[in-house]
Amino acid sequence: MNENSIIEMSSIGKRFPGVTALDGVSFTCRGGEVHALVGENGAGKSTLIKILAGVYRPDSGTILLHGEPAEFRHPLEALKAGISVIYQEFSLLPDRTVTQNIFLGREMTRAGFLDNAAMRSETRRALDLFKAGRRIDPDSLVADLDVASQQMVEIAKAIALGAKVLVMDEPTAALNDAECDELFETVDALRDHGTAVIYITHRMREVARLADRITVLKDGKVAASFDSLPDPGEVVKAMVGRDIETFYAPAATPEEIGAPVLSISAGENDVLHNIDLDLHAGEILGIAGVQGAGRVALAMAIFGDRPFTAGTVNLQGAEVHVTHPREAIRAGIGLVPGDRKGEGLVLMQSVRDNGMLSPRAFADLFSSRNSNKFTNQSQMDRLLDGMEVKSASYEQDIRFLSGGNQQKVIVARWLALKPKVLIFVEPTRGIDVKAKAAIYHLMRDLARRGTGIIMISSDLPEIVGAADRVLVMREGRIVAEHRRGVGETEIMLDATGEAGAAA
Amino acid sequence: MSVQAVSEPRMRKFPKISPVYFILAALIAAIILNNPSFVEPTGYMNFLKRAAPLAILAAGQLYVIVSGGFDLSVGSLITLVVVGSSMLSNNDPASTWWVITVMLGIGIAVGLINGLVVCYLKVPSLIATLGMMITLNGFVFMWSGGAPRGYLPDTFRFFGRVSIMDIPVIRMLPIALIVLVVVGLLLYWLMHRTNLGRMIHAVGDNPRAAQLAGVPINRVRIIAFVISSLSAVVTGILLGGYAGVSTDVGSGYELQAITAAVLGGAQLLGGRGSVPATIAGALTLAAIFTLLNFLGLPQPVRQVVQGTILIFAVAFTMFRRNRNGQ
Amino acid sequence: MSEVTAQPAPARPSGFRFEYWAPALLLICAVVIYVLACVLTGQTQYLTWSNLLAVLGRSIALGITAVGQTFAILVASIDLSVASLISATAVLASVLMDGNPAMIPLAIAAALTLGAIVGLVNGVIITRLDVNPLIATLGMSLIIQGCLSAFVSNFAGSVPEEFQFFAYGNVAGLPFAVLFFLALSLLAFLTLRFTKFGSNIYSVGGNRDAARFAGISTSRVIVGAHVICSLCATVAGLYLASRLRSGAPWIGSDGVYDLESIAVVVIGGTILAGGRGGIWGTVGGVVIFSLIDSIFNVLGVDAFAKQVLRGMIIVAAVGFYAARSRRIVA
Repeated sequence: MNENSIIEMSSIGKRFPGVTALDGVSFTCRGGEVHALVGENGAGKSTLIKILAGVYRPDSGTILLHGEPAEFRHPLEALKAGISVIYQEFSLLPDRTVTQNIFLGREMTRAGFLDNAAMRSETRRALDLFKAGRRIDPDSLVADLDVASQQMVEIAKAIALGAKVLVMDEPTAALNDAECDELFETVDALRDHGTAVIYITHRMREVARLADRITVLKDGKVAASFDSLPDPGEVVKAMVGRDIETFYAPAATPEEIGAPVLSISAGENDVLHNIDLDLHAGEILGIAGVQGAGRVALAMAIFGDRPFTAGTVNLQGAEVHVTHPREAIRAGIGLVPGDRKGEGLVLMQSVRDNGMLSPRAFADLFSSRNSNKFTNQSQMDRLLDGMEVKSASYEQDIRFLSGGNQQKVIVARWLALKPKVLIFVEPTRGIDVKAKAAIYHLMRDLARRGTGIIMISSDLPEIVGAADRVLVMREGRIVAEHRRGVGETEIMLDATGEAGAAA
Repeated sequence: MSVQAVSEPRMRKFPKISPVYFILAALIAAIILNNPSFVEPTGYMNFLKRAAPLAILAAGQLYVIVSGGFDLSVGSLITLVVVGSSMLSNNDPASTWWVITVMLGIGIAVGLINGLVVCYLKVPSLIATLGMMITLNGFVFMWSGGAPRGYLPDTFRFFGRVSIMDIPVIRMLPIALIVLVVVGLLLYWLMHRTNLGRMIHAVGDNPRAAQLAGVPINRVRIIAFVISSLSAVVTGILLGGYAGVSTDVGSGYELQAITAAVLGGAQLLGGRGSVPATIAGALTLAAIFTLLNFLGLPQPVRQVVQGTILIFAVAFTMFRRNRNGQ
Repeated sequence: MSEVTAQPAPARPSGFRFEYWAPALLLICAVVIYVLACVLTGQTQYLTWSNLLAVLGRSIALGITAVGQTFAILVASIDLSVASLISATAVLASVLMDGNPAMIPLAIAAALTLGAIVGLVNGVIITRLDVNPLIATLGMSLIIQGCLSAFVSNFAGSVPEEFQFFAYGNVAGLPFAVLFFLALSLLAFLTLRFTKFGSNIYSVGGNRDAARFAGISTSRVIVGAHVICSLCATVAGLYLASRLRSGAPWIGSDGVYDLESIAVVVIGGTILAGGRGGIWGTVGGVVIFSLIDSIFNVLGVDAFAKQVLRGMIIVAAVGFYAARSRRIVA
């Protein structure tokens, strides 16, 4: 027990129905240090942070803040206690100015009126703590700032609030290299200031650059903790540490790879530039890149949601012009969206309705809901049975299912249409470890039956483990191609455009 | 963030039978206590005859509600049908069929315009259909010069007014009830047995997800508006049977229809709703009005009661939804 | 558990922003058409300063209502009960005054109290009972209209000479009503721009969850916005009573103040989703609407056709802002 620990979380346990998210996790952070919290997606990092931030309440364990027991029932209580979390989804109001955002809900007043001058100079002061502050005008609208500056505003907001503990959740996800360097300098400044920084990442480069201590989470438990910087290999080993062989499905054999099903040449739109791409039948093509590199835009262009404005797209040798998702689906392209609740599911409808959605959409409007030329109710039930969708009944609302089971139902939606190309966007986001493996095997089964699969993911281990071939995107272009067996480091170097730099 | 939850049978205890049926039964019992002659066929058949227009209108409105919108133009469309029919038919009994055809055509046009404005101009349906309401009301005044003249011929009034008499057991069978049963079954089948119905649910539930799953969302929503408008035309034809020809014959019906749908458990802003329960909701509303009449309360009290019911029915569905987890 | 991947607000190119300039653009268009209509029909007598004031004077009730509606819409709510509240307060004030100047203060106080109660109830139903604001205020509208119709069915009471100053008086050569409207708009502007409450309105309307996380009592802000909205409708009702010299239960619904006030706010660049917009846009929208009305008059459009055209213009105006968005509306 270190007496200058600001935060001491001990033996934290948290269960969600069906999943143990955290099991006996202990974690401390001192003032003036950067404690890196690393682990794969689904390891429990976000849950731990949400407990610290008062979003969730732990089932067991205690939290000490400055040595005093603390129990946060509401995020506001944690905030008032000096714990600020910068989530990946910023909580800024785009139509308000930087100053207005920083003083959201605690505006300074004088004689009943807002004291804009005082707030502006306080904003200036908070921003001037870092180098980047100079290019942010307190009066500019947040919507007009780039992502790095928005992040800077979030940090300034935390500082203006007097945060003693600052949690940063994958802060570099959307930043380019120069911006990352600025962020690192900001983190250094915070540390010198005496702030306790909890830095969540899975990138070794950032850990090596910033961390004073490291805690590795895996499957809801502390897999390792280091009080000084170890060899990066040790951290990675602790992070992954599972049998890769069975977790991911085996790679495609050369015989399984067929003729090209989808060929794009010189594809362009307002985000994408000069896209050349070949997808073969039976292959899983991974597409990697940092946030904003255009991966999702590529998926949406192929799927016709934000179509290409120039270039040619060939599907099994025939040229197609897809300008709408319906046309794409008719041509034989399917999409499993990344935002399951926002773009994938009709939550108030039954499991079966969700599975039947696409087949019904292409059947006669006025014919029976139970059977159409693609599938029928009993076939759909058998398909869902075959995918081992766990549900009390297929009549149940799909919102009660776990993320993994929901994802399977969305895949089932496409299977009945027998697509030639199926695009998965972030296929395992928000899915627990066991269900992840099932999704990987499902993708491989589909590929073996001759479907060409595009997997867009920001989870590098997944790209490396599940894809037969990897394309890396940066700034709307495809900048590199790798075969299976490539390392995360190489992909990262291409994705950030800093080939040659150390990992 | 998805909080993962596995299926638990406990969560399925969503009441399968809508509470509206129990409320309706209780109200009918109260009516019978006040007026024992209600158990006679003339009592309940006349009640059903009077309630049929609202029930049909509400079932049509449900299509728009489940698809995620509102249709406030139906009241003025009813007025247009009643006034327009009297203008067109000009007391000529032979005109009934072509006038009805013209009115159905107008209904389709109004529904199409509502749908197109919502889908392509992206005007929220509430504003779009309120605008349509103003426009149609103005149109009625323009057409009739402010004071509608003429009558509806008896052949036209047949649907809303006449009952087939001398039938064993039930003694009388209003034509309006037959129309309600036929339209109700048709709308039930469309909503609950066809692809269209499931897609209306999907579009109202999550339009973006429906779009990415390949649902032709604009076509589906336009059809919902057309169905609502057509049901308003049918309602207008039935109302023409016993209401006088005036420029406010349909006013207020749009809110009664929405209230009926909400009473039937429909989810505002889309995704959930049942045609039978909505028809039961319309009958419930009619029963409440009947009861208020028996109690001798003045007409305006209806409005107050209806407004209160509307608010609390929505509050109740929200409460039930929050309790069931979301 | 899961990683939420960043969905940062995309950086917009600064500089020209359509939504900011659209109200001004529309206003210029309306002025140009009005001038053209006057010149082409040879009715240049309408192009005078006093006529301009008269044009604005016709829209005072709409303007006052729209100022209040701006608060409701900014906080991402809406109020469809304003029309019946206008009728109710006009009748209430007119009946209480009944030609007696001594009753004026009491009548005003009673009307304002009624307005505050209606706004409070609207807000509480929306925030505590979680009822969709459209439905809550539609239901409230039915209740008010029903109560009103139960008591009166025609013009009731009368407004004393002194109170007619509100609608007909002049101050320093300018119509009092126009000055009052401008003063009210200025007050609303100052509230939105320079008070904590105003700041909270934008925050709650922009992102209710973020506002709640920042410790803002979102319910209280929404209730406050509704109270202001209803109070403005009350003032509009008092103005109409003064103008018509009596109150009648149909004056609110006849003026379609519910829909028109929403249309005016939207034309002024305040978005229905809340959190963006302001009072001066609304004032511009009111001027645009009065100009459209004047154009119809200059061109001699008949009253019923005018109603038809107004319905279409309202829808077209909302479509003008909304059609370019990729969002799916319902």
